[in-house]
Amino acid sequence: MQPSSKPTVVIGAGPAGLCAAIELKKAGAPVILMDENAKPGGQLFKQIHKFFGSKEHKAGVRGFDIGNELLAESLQLGIDVRLNTEVVGFGKDHKVWAVENRSRSYIVDADRIIIAAGATENSLSFEGWTLPGVMTAGCAQTLINVHRVLPGKSVLMVGSGNVGVIVAYQLMQAGADVAAIIEAAPNLGGYGVHTAKIRRAGVPFFTSTTIIKAEGKESVERAVIANIDSRFVPIADTEKVLEVDTICIAVGLTPSIELASLAGCKMMYVSELGGNMPIHNEYMQTTDGSIYVAGDIAGIEEASTAMEEGRLAGIHAAWSMGYMSAKEMQSKTEQTRERLGALRQGIYGFKRYTAKERVVQRGMTK
Amino acid sequence: MAESAQRSVRIEKHPILGDLPSTEEVTIYFEGKALKARAGEPIMSALVAAGVGVFRYTKKGLPRRMFCGIGRCTDCIMNVDGVPGVRTCVTEVREGMKIERQIGNGSWKVQKDEEAGNAAQ
Repeated sequence: MQPSSKPTVVIGAGPAGLCAAIELKKAGAPVILMDENAKPGGQLFKQIHKFFGSKEHKAGVRGFDIGNELLAESLQLGIDVRLNTEVVGFGKDHKVWAVENRSRSYIVDADRIIIAAGATENSLSFEGWTLPGVMTAGCAQTLINVHRVLPGKSVLMVGSGNVGVIVAYQLMQAGADVAAIIEAAPNLGGYGVHTAKIRRAGVPFFTSTTIIKAEGKESVERAVIANIDSRFVPIADTEKVLEVDTICIAVGLTPSIELASLAGCKMMYVSELGGNMPIHNEYMQTTDGSIYVAGDIAGIEEASTAMEEGRLAGIHAAWSMGYMSAKEMQSKTEQTRERLGALRQGIYGFKRYTAKERVVQRGMTK
Repeated sequence: MAESAQRSVRIEKHPILGDLPSTEEVTIYFEGKALKARAGEPIMSALVAAGVGVFRYTKKGLPRRMFCGIGRCTDCIMNVDGVPGVRTCVTEVREGMKIERQIGNGSWKVQKDEEAGNAAQ
Protein backbone atom coordinates (compact mmCIF):
# COMPACT_ATOMS: atom_id res chain seq x y z
CA MET A 1 0.00 0.00 0.00
CA GLN A 2 1.29 3.44 -0.95
CA PRO A 3 1.39 5.56 2.21
CA SER A 4 -0.70 8.72 2.14
CA SER A 5 1.16 11.96 1.52
CA LYS A 6 -1.46 14.00 3.33
CA PRO A 7 -0.47 14.96 6.87
CA THR A 8 -2.01 14.00 10.15
CA VAL A 9 -2.98 17.08 12.11
CA VAL A 10 -2.53 16.73 15.86
CA ILE A 11 -4.43 19.38 17.80
CA GLY A 12 -2.96 20.29 21.17
CA ALA A 13 0.73 20.11 22.09
CA GLY A 14 0.28 18.85 25.64
CA PRO A 15 1.52 15.43 26.80
CA ALA A 16 -0.98 13.48 24.65
CA GLY A 17 -0.52 15.52 21.48
CA LEU A 18 3.28 15.58 21.76
CA CYS A 19 3.44 11.79 22.17
CA ALA A 20 1.01 11.21 19.28
CA ALA A 21 3.09 13.45 17.00
CA ILE A 22 6.32 11.78 18.11
CA GLU A 23 4.98 8.28 17.27
CA LEU A 24 3.76 9.44 13.85
CA LYS A 25 7.01 11.18 12.99
CA LYS A 26 9.08 8.19 14.15
CA ALA A 27 7.04 6.02 11.77
CA GLY A 28 7.82 8.43 8.93
CA ALA A 29 4.32 9.87 8.59
CA PRO A 30 3.90 13.57 7.82
CA VAL A 31 2.51 15.34 10.87
CA ILE A 32 1.57 18.88 11.84
CA LEU A 33 1.19 19.66 15.54
CA MET A 34 -0.95 22.72 16.29
CA ASP A 35 -1.46 24.55 19.57
CA GLU A 36 -3.24 27.79 20.31
CA ASN A 37 -0.70 28.71 22.98
CA ALA A 38 2.60 30.51 22.50
CA LYS A 39 4.46 27.62 24.12
CA PRO A 40 4.06 23.86 23.79
CA GLY A 41 3.71 21.46 26.72
CA GLY A 42 0.09 22.05 27.68
CA GLN A 43 -0.25 21.97 31.45
CA LEU A 44 2.93 19.93 32.03
CA PHE A 45 5.09 22.90 32.92
CA LYS A 46 3.07 23.79 35.97
CA GLN A 47 3.39 20.26 37.39
CA ILE A 48 6.39 20.55 39.67
CA HIS A 49 5.63 17.46 41.77
CA LYS A 50 7.00 14.00 41.12
CA PHE A 51 4.86 11.63 39.10
CA PHE A 52 3.66 8.23 40.26
CA GLY A 53 3.99 4.85 38.59
CA SER A 54 7.02 2.78 37.70
CA LYS A 55 10.21 3.90 36.00
CA GLU A 56 8.75 3.48 32.50
CA HIS A 57 6.06 5.92 33.53
CA LYS A 58 8.60 8.52 34.55
CA ALA A 59 7.77 7.99 38.20
CA GLY A 60 9.81 10.27 40.43
CA VAL A 61 10.32 12.66 37.52
CA ARG A 62 8.71 16.07 37.81
CA GLY A 63 6.14 17.21 35.24
CA PHE A 64 8.21 20.05 33.82
CA ASP A 65 11.16 17.72 33.27
CA ILE A 66 8.90 15.37 31.31
CA GLY A 67 7.73 18.38 29.31
CA ASN A 68 11.31 19.34 28.50
CA GLU A 69 12.15 15.76 27.47
CA LEU A 70 9.17 15.59 25.11
CA LEU A 71 10.00 18.99 23.61
CA ALA A 72 13.61 17.95 23.05
CA GLU A 73 12.46 14.75 21.35
CA SER A 74 9.99 16.53 19.08
CA LEU A 75 12.64 19.11 18.21
CA GLN A 76 15.17 16.40 17.41
CA LEU A 77 12.65 14.61 15.20
CA GLY A 78 11.93 17.87 13.40
CA ILE A 79 8.19 17.85 14.00
CA ASP A 80 6.30 20.72 12.35
CA VAL A 81 4.99 22.46 15.47
CA ARG A 82 2.72 25.41 14.81
CA LEU A 83 2.17 27.56 17.88
CA ASN A 84 -0.28 30.46 18.28
CA THR A 85 -2.45 28.41 15.93
CA GLU A 86 -6.07 27.79 16.80
CA VAL A 87 -8.13 25.16 15.08
CA VAL A 88 -11.56 26.74 14.71
CA GLY A 89 -13.44 24.19 12.62
CA PHE A 90 -13.43 21.42 10.05
CA GLY A 91 -14.44 21.24 6.42
CA LYS A 92 -15.60 18.23 4.45
CA ASP A 93 -13.29 15.19 4.25
CA HIS A 94 -11.16 16.15 7.25
CA LYS A 95 -10.09 19.59 6.21
CA VAL A 96 -8.73 21.42 9.22
CA TRP A 97 -9.42 25.13 9.47
CA ALA A 98 -6.68 26.92 11.41
CA VAL A 99 -6.12 30.53 12.40
CA GLU A 100 -2.55 31.63 12.99
CA ASN A 101 -1.72 34.56 15.28
CA ARG A 102 -5.38 35.53 15.21
CA SER A 103 -4.76 37.07 11.80
CA ARG A 104 -4.15 34.46 9.08
CA SER A 105 -6.58 31.69 8.29
CA TYR A 106 -5.75 28.59 6.28
CA ILE A 107 -6.96 25.06 5.55
CA VAL A 108 -4.98 21.84 5.87
CA ASP A 109 -6.20 18.80 3.97
CA ALA A 110 -5.59 16.16 6.63
CA ASP A 111 -5.51 12.39 6.27
CA ARG A 112 -5.99 11.73 9.96
CA ILE A 113 -6.82 14.08 12.84
CA ILE A 114 -5.83 13.52 16.44
CA ILE A 115 -7.63 15.79 18.88
CA ALA A 116 -5.78 16.24 22.17
CA ALA A 117 -7.53 19.39 23.35
CA GLY A 118 -7.32 18.61 27.06
CA ALA A 119 -9.81 19.71 29.67
CA THR A 120 -11.32 22.69 31.43
CA GLU A 121 -11.47 23.06 35.20
CA ASN A 122 -14.93 22.98 36.70
CA SER A 123 -16.41 25.96 38.37
CA LEU A 124 -18.49 26.21 41.50
CA SER A 125 -21.06 28.90 41.95
CA PHE A 126 -21.60 30.43 45.38
CA GLU A 127 -22.30 33.95 46.56
CA GLY A 128 -19.30 36.11 45.65
CA TRP A 129 -17.67 33.54 43.36
CA THR A 130 -16.92 36.15 40.69
CA LEU A 131 -14.93 38.36 43.08
CA PRO A 132 -11.25 38.91 42.25
CA GLY A 133 -9.36 36.42 44.39
CA VAL A 134 -11.58 33.46 43.51
CA MET A 135 -9.86 31.32 40.88
CA THR A 136 -9.38 27.74 39.81
CA ALA A 137 -6.59 25.79 41.48
CA GLY A 138 -4.97 25.42 38.07
CA CYS A 139 -4.92 29.20 37.64
CA ALA A 140 -3.07 29.62 40.92
CA GLN A 141 -0.73 26.78 39.94
CA THR A 142 0.07 28.44 36.61
CA LEU A 143 0.74 31.77 38.32
CA ILE A 144 3.08 30.39 40.97
CA ASN A 145 4.95 27.68 39.06
CA VAL A 146 5.10 29.04 35.52
CA HIS A 147 4.95 32.81 35.93
CA ARG A 148 6.40 32.99 39.44
CA VAL A 149 3.88 35.34 41.04
CA LEU A 150 1.77 34.74 44.13
CA PRO A 151 -1.88 35.61 43.57
CA GLY A 152 -2.51 36.03 47.31
CA LYS A 153 -1.17 35.48 50.79
CA SER A 154 -3.78 33.32 52.44
CA VAL A 155 -5.70 30.65 50.62
CA LEU A 156 -8.80 28.51 51.10
CA MET A 157 -8.70 25.42 48.90
CA VAL A 158 -12.12 24.04 47.90
CA GLY A 159 -11.74 20.36 47.03
CA SER A 160 -9.46 17.71 48.51
CA GLY A 161 -8.76 15.69 45.36
CA ASN A 162 -5.26 15.42 43.90
CA VAL A 163 -5.40 18.84 42.29
CA GLY A 164 -6.55 20.43 45.55
CA VAL A 165 -3.90 18.90 47.80
CA ILE A 166 -1.05 19.19 45.28
CA VAL A 167 -1.76 22.84 44.47
CA ALA A 168 -2.28 23.66 48.16
CA TYR A 169 1.16 22.25 48.92
CA GLN A 170 2.69 24.10 45.98
CA LEU A 171 1.10 27.35 47.18
CA MET A 172 2.89 26.83 50.49
CA GLN A 173 6.15 26.12 48.66
CA ALA A 174 5.63 29.42 46.87
CA GLY A 175 5.21 31.25 50.16
CA ALA A 176 1.44 31.44 50.76
CA ASP A 177 -0.48 30.28 53.83
CA VAL A 178 -3.19 27.71 53.27
CA ALA A 179 -5.93 28.37 55.81
CA ALA A 180 -7.85 25.16 55.15
CA ILE A 181 -8.83 22.54 52.61
CA ILE A 182 -12.55 21.81 52.51
CA GLU A 183 -14.29 18.80 50.98
CA ALA A 184 -18.02 18.36 50.39
CA ALA A 185 -17.79 14.56 50.54
CA PRO A 186 -17.42 12.81 53.91
CA ASN A 187 -14.02 11.44 52.82
CA LEU A 188 -10.87 13.02 51.44
CA GLY A 189 -10.33 12.56 47.71
CA GLY A 190 -6.59 12.75 47.04
CA TYR A 191 -3.72 10.26 47.06
CA GLY A 192 -2.54 9.54 50.59
CA VAL A 193 1.02 10.71 49.96
CA HIS A 194 -0.02 14.21 48.93
CA THR A 195 -2.76 14.47 51.55
CA ALA A 196 -0.44 13.38 54.38
CA LYS A 197 2.26 15.81 53.31
CA ILE A 198 0.02 18.84 53.62
CA ARG A 199 -1.60 17.56 56.81
CA ARG A 200 1.87 17.21 58.35
CA ALA A 201 2.48 20.83 57.36
CA GLY A 202 -0.38 21.73 59.70
CA VAL A 203 -3.14 22.56 57.22
CA PRO A 204 -6.60 21.66 58.56
CA PHE A 205 -8.96 19.57 56.45
CA PHE A 206 -12.73 19.92 56.84
CA THR A 207 -14.85 17.16 55.32
CA SER A 208 -18.63 17.36 54.75
CA THR A 209 -18.02 21.08 54.38
CA THR A 210 -18.85 23.55 51.64
CA ILE A 211 -18.24 27.20 50.90
CA ILE A 212 -21.25 29.40 51.56
CA LYS A 213 -19.89 32.70 50.29
CA ALA A 214 -16.92 34.87 49.50
CA GLU A 215 -17.05 38.37 50.93
CA GLY A 216 -15.16 41.53 50.11
CA LYS A 217 -15.60 44.86 48.40
CA GLU A 218 -13.37 44.68 45.33
CA SER A 219 -11.64 41.41 46.12
CA VAL A 220 -11.91 38.48 48.52
CA GLU A 221 -11.46 39.48 52.15
CA ARG A 222 -12.96 36.43 53.82
CA ALA A 223 -14.74 33.14 53.13
CA VAL A 224 -17.66 31.63 54.99
CA ILE A 225 -17.78 27.82 55.16
CA ALA A 226 -20.32 25.48 56.77
CA ASN A 227 -20.96 21.80 57.42
CA ILE A 228 -23.37 19.99 55.12
CA ASP A 229 -25.60 17.01 55.74
CA SER A 230 -25.73 13.79 53.73
CA ARG A 231 -27.89 15.53 51.12
CA PHE A 232 -25.26 18.31 50.78
CA VAL A 233 -27.54 20.85 52.47
CA PRO A 234 -25.74 23.34 54.77
CA ILE A 235 -26.42 22.75 58.48
CA ALA A 236 -27.58 25.81 60.43
CA ASP A 237 -25.21 27.38 62.96
CA THR A 238 -22.12 25.54 61.70
CA GLU A 239 -20.71 28.52 59.79
CA LYS A 240 -17.07 29.44 60.17
CA VAL A 241 -15.35 32.56 58.86
CA LEU A 242 -11.86 32.26 57.36
CA GLU A 243 -9.77 35.38 56.78
CA VAL A 244 -8.38 34.66 53.31
CA ASP A 245 -7.64 36.76 50.23
CA THR A 246 -7.71 33.86 47.78
CA ILE A 247 -10.16 31.02 47.21
CA CYS A 248 -9.02 28.22 44.92
CA ILE A 249 -11.57 25.93 43.28
CA ALA A 250 -10.44 22.33 42.74
CA VAL A 251 -13.66 20.49 41.98
CA GLY A 252 -12.70 18.44 38.99
CA LEU A 253 -12.31 18.91 35.27
CA THR A 254 -14.46 18.44 32.17
CA PRO A 255 -13.13 17.17 28.82
CA SER A 256 -12.82 19.98 26.25
CA ILE A 257 -14.94 18.30 23.61
CA GLU A 258 -15.84 21.32 21.45
CA LEU A 259 -13.67 20.38 18.47
CA ALA A 260 -14.57 16.68 18.56
CA SER A 261 -18.19 17.69 18.73
CA LEU A 262 -17.78 20.06 15.76
CA ALA A 263 -16.15 17.22 13.85
CA GLY A 264 -19.24 15.08 14.43
CA CYS A 265 -17.75 12.52 16.83
CA LYS A 266 -20.44 10.80 18.89
CA MET A 267 -20.33 11.40 22.63
CA MET A 268 -21.18 9.52 25.78
CA TYR A 269 -21.54 10.63 29.38
CA VAL A 270 -19.16 9.04 31.88
CA SER A 271 -19.32 10.70 35.28
CA GLU A 272 -16.11 9.06 36.60
CA LEU A 273 -14.17 10.54 33.68
CA GLY A 274 -15.53 14.08 33.90
CA GLY A 275 -18.73 14.10 31.84
CA ASN A 276 -19.37 14.06 28.11
CA MET A 277 -16.54 12.70 26.03
CA PRO A 278 -16.02 11.28 22.55
CA ILE A 279 -16.73 7.55 22.28
CA HIS A 280 -13.52 5.80 21.26
CA ASN A 281 -12.15 2.29 20.81
CA GLU A 282 -8.99 0.78 22.27
CA TYR A 283 -6.90 2.49 19.56
CA MET A 284 -8.38 5.88 20.54
CA GLN A 285 -10.35 6.02 17.28
CA THR A 286 -13.61 7.95 17.55
CA THR A 287 -16.87 7.09 15.78
CA ASP A 288 -15.30 8.89 12.79
CA GLY A 289 -12.59 6.35 11.94
CA SER A 290 -10.15 9.03 10.74
CA ILE A 291 -10.38 11.08 13.92
CA TYR A 292 -8.67 10.05 17.14
CA VAL A 293 -8.77 11.51 20.63
CA ALA A 294 -6.16 11.23 23.39
CA GLY A 295 -5.55 12.60 26.86
CA ASP A 296 -8.04 14.48 29.01
CA ILE A 297 -10.50 14.98 26.15
CA ALA A 298 -10.93 11.20 26.20
CA GLY A 299 -11.70 11.21 29.92
CA ILE A 300 -9.98 13.04 32.78
CA GLU A 301 -6.94 11.13 34.00
CA GLU A 302 -3.33 12.15 34.39
CA ALA A 303 -0.44 13.39 32.28
CA SER A 304 1.16 9.93 32.37
CA THR A 305 -1.94 8.21 30.96
CA ALA A 306 -2.40 11.04 28.46
CA MET A 307 1.07 10.35 27.08
CA GLU A 308 0.32 6.65 26.58
CA GLU A 309 -3.03 7.39 24.94
CA GLY A 310 -1.27 9.80 22.60
CA ARG A 311 1.14 7.03 21.65
CA LEU A 312 -1.76 4.60 21.01
CA ALA A 313 -3.43 7.11 18.69
CA GLY A 314 -0.19 7.97 16.87
CA ILE A 315 0.77 4.33 16.37
CA HIS A 316 -2.63 3.31 15.04
CA ALA A 317 -2.93 6.37 12.79
CA ALA A 318 0.55 5.66 11.34
CA TRP A 319 -0.41 2.05 10.61
CA SER A 320 -3.79 3.01 9.13
CA MET A 321 -2.05 5.26 6.59
CA GLY A 322 0.46 2.57 5.61
CA TYR A 323 3.48 3.80 7.56
CA MET A 324 3.79 0.76 9.80
CA SER A 325 3.33 -2.98 9.39
CA ALA A 326 0.43 -4.65 11.19
CA LYS A 327 2.92 -6.64 13.24
CA GLU A 328 4.80 -3.57 14.40
CA MET A 329 1.57 -1.74 15.17
CA GLN A 330 0.29 -4.66 17.22
CA SER A 331 3.47 -5.08 19.19
CA LYS A 332 3.83 -1.34 19.91
CA THR A 333 0.17 -1.10 20.84
CA GLU A 334 0.51 -4.07 23.18
CA GLN A 335 3.51 -2.54 24.96
CA THR A 336 1.76 0.79 25.33
CA ARG A 337 -1.39 -0.86 26.61
CA GLU A 338 0.58 -2.75 29.24
CA ARG A 339 2.05 0.49 30.58
CA LEU A 340 -1.40 2.05 30.50
CA GLY A 341 -2.83 -0.88 32.43
CA ALA A 342 -0.16 -0.50 35.10
CA LEU A 343 -1.05 3.18 35.46
CA ARG A 344 -4.70 2.31 36.02
CA GLN A 345 -4.12 0.15 39.08
CA GLY A 346 -4.96 0.92 42.70
CA ILE A 347 -8.30 2.11 44.00
CA TYR A 348 -8.33 5.36 42.02
CA GLY A 349 -6.85 3.81 38.90
CA PHE A 350 -9.27 0.91 38.93
CA LYS A 351 -12.29 3.21 38.93
CA ARG A 352 -10.91 4.92 35.84
CA TYR A 353 -10.01 1.57 34.30
CA THR A 354 -13.54 0.19 34.54
CA ALA A 355 -15.02 3.48 33.27
CA LYS A 356 -12.60 3.43 30.32
CA GLU A 357 -13.57 -0.18 29.58
CA ARG A 358 -17.19 0.96 29.29
CA VAL A 359 -16.24 3.64 26.77
CA VAL A 360 -14.16 1.23 24.72
CA GLN A 361 -17.03 -1.29 24.71
CA ARG A 362 -19.23 1.39 23.13
CA GLY A 363 -16.39 2.37 20.81
CA MET A 364 -15.94 -1.19 19.53
CA THR A 365 -19.62 -1.55 18.68
CA LYS A 366 -20.19 2.09 17.61
CA MET B 1 -9.38 50.33 44.19
CA ALA B 2 -6.75 48.79 44.07
CA GLU B 3 -3.06 48.56 43.57
CA SER B 4 -1.79 47.41 46.92
CA ALA B 5 1.69 46.10 46.39
CA GLN B 6 1.25 43.88 49.45
CA ARG B 7 -1.34 41.68 47.77
CA SER B 8 1.00 39.91 45.42
CA VAL B 9 4.62 39.17 45.08
CA ARG B 10 7.20 37.76 42.69
CA ILE B 11 8.46 34.40 43.85
CA GLU B 12 12.20 35.09 43.88
CA LYS B 13 13.25 31.88 45.62
CA HIS B 14 11.60 28.49 45.29
CA PRO B 15 12.50 25.18 46.96
CA ILE B 16 11.96 23.15 43.75
CA LEU B 17 12.33 25.65 40.94
CA GLY B 18 15.29 27.53 42.43
CA ASP B 19 15.98 31.23 42.06
CA LEU B 20 13.89 33.24 39.65
CA PRO B 21 15.97 33.28 36.46
CA SER B 22 16.90 36.75 35.30
CA THR B 23 15.29 37.76 32.07
CA GLU B 24 14.93 40.72 29.77
CA GLU B 25 12.55 43.38 31.06
CA VAL B 26 9.89 45.11 29.04
CA THR B 27 7.90 48.19 29.99
CA ILE B 28 4.14 48.07 29.70
CA TYR B 29 1.60 50.75 30.56
CA PHE B 30 -1.36 49.97 32.79
CA GLU B 31 -3.87 52.83 32.74
CA GLY B 32 -1.00 55.08 31.66
CA LYS B 33 1.32 53.97 34.45
CA ALA B 34 4.62 52.33 33.46
CA LEU B 35 5.17 48.83 34.85
CA LYS B 36 8.10 46.46 34.51
CA ALA B 37 7.26 43.02 33.11
CA ARG B 38 9.32 39.92 32.36
CA ALA B 39 9.78 39.26 28.65
CA GLY B 40 7.73 36.26 27.56
CA GLU B 41 5.22 36.37 30.40
CA PRO B 42 1.52 37.05 29.86
CA ILE B 43 -0.06 40.39 30.76
CA MET B 44 -1.94 38.67 33.60
CA SER B 45 1.11 37.76 35.66
CA ALA B 46 2.79 41.14 35.07
CA LEU B 47 -0.31 42.84 36.48
CA VAL B 48 -0.56 40.40 39.38
CA ALA B 49 3.11 41.08 40.19
CA ALA B 50 2.37 44.80 40.16
CA GLY B 51 -0.50 44.28 42.59
CA VAL B 52 -3.33 45.12 40.20
CA GLY B 53 -6.42 43.79 41.92
CA VAL B 54 -9.12 44.47 39.30
CA PHE B 55 -8.69 43.79 35.59
CA ARG B 56 -12.12 44.93 34.43
CA TYR B 57 -15.61 45.92 35.57
CA THR B 58 -18.78 44.39 34.22
CA LYS B 59 -21.62 46.49 32.82
CA LYS B 60 -23.09 46.46 36.32
CA GLY B 61 -19.83 47.72 37.78
CA LEU B 62 -18.74 44.46 39.38
CA PRO B 63 -15.00 43.76 39.61
CA ARG B 64 -13.30 40.88 37.81
CA ARG B 65 -9.70 39.68 37.76
CA MET B 66 -8.81 36.18 36.49
CA PHE B 67 -10.27 32.74 36.91
CA CYS B 68 -8.83 29.91 34.80
CA GLY B 69 -5.51 31.44 33.75
CA ILE B 70 -5.22 29.35 30.58
CA GLY B 71 -7.41 31.14 28.07
CA ARG B 72 -10.65 29.24 28.53
CA CYS B 73 -12.95 31.44 30.60
CA THR B 74 -12.42 35.08 29.42
CA ASP B 75 -12.66 36.45 32.98
CA CYS B 76 -9.39 38.35 32.53
CA ILE B 77 -10.17 40.23 29.32
CA MET B 78 -8.92 43.81 29.03
CA ASN B 79 -8.37 46.51 26.45
CA VAL B 80 -4.89 46.00 24.98
CA ASP B 81 -3.49 48.55 22.53
CA GLY B 82 -7.00 49.69 21.79
CA VAL B 83 -8.50 46.25 21.27
CA PRO B 84 -11.15 45.12 23.75
CA GLY B 85 -11.75 41.55 24.90
CA VAL B 86 -8.10 40.45 24.87
CA ARG B 87 -7.43 37.43 27.09
CA THR B 88 -4.59 38.74 29.23
CA CYS B 89 -3.69 35.30 30.58
CA VAL B 90 -2.57 34.05 27.14
CA THR B 91 -1.31 37.30 25.59
CA GLU B 92 2.38 37.98 26.04
CA VAL B 93 3.64 41.40 27.09
CA ARG B 94 5.32 43.55 24.46
CA GLU B 95 7.45 46.65 24.91
CA GLY B 96 5.25 49.73 25.05
CA MET B 97 1.98 47.77 25.30
CA LYS B 98 -0.93 49.87 26.56
CA ILE B 99 -3.31 48.01 28.83
CA GLU B 100 -6.53 49.40 30.19
CA ARG B 101 -9.31 48.10 32.37
CA GLN B 102 -12.31 47.16 30.30
CA ILE B 103 -15.80 48.34 31.27
CA GLY B 104 -18.57 46.04 30.08
CA ASN B 105 -17.89 44.91 26.52
CA GLY B 106 -15.28 47.63 26.06
CA SER B 107 -14.72 49.65 22.90
CA TRP B 108 -12.41 49.69 19.90
CA LYS B 109 -10.08 52.59 20.38
CA VAL B 110 -7.80 51.59 17.49
CA GLN B 111 -10.49 51.83 14.88
CA LYS B 112 -11.66 55.20 16.05
CA ASP B 113 -8.13 56.61 15.84
CA GLU B 114 -7.72 55.23 12.33
CA GLU B 115 -11.07 56.61 11.29
CA ALA B 116 -10.06 59.96 12.72
CA GLY B 117 -6.79 59.73 10.79
CA ASN B 118 -8.60 58.90 7.57
CA ALA B 119 -11.02 61.74 8.08
CA ALA B 120 -8.11 64.14 8.56
CA GLN B 121 -6.61 63.04 5.27
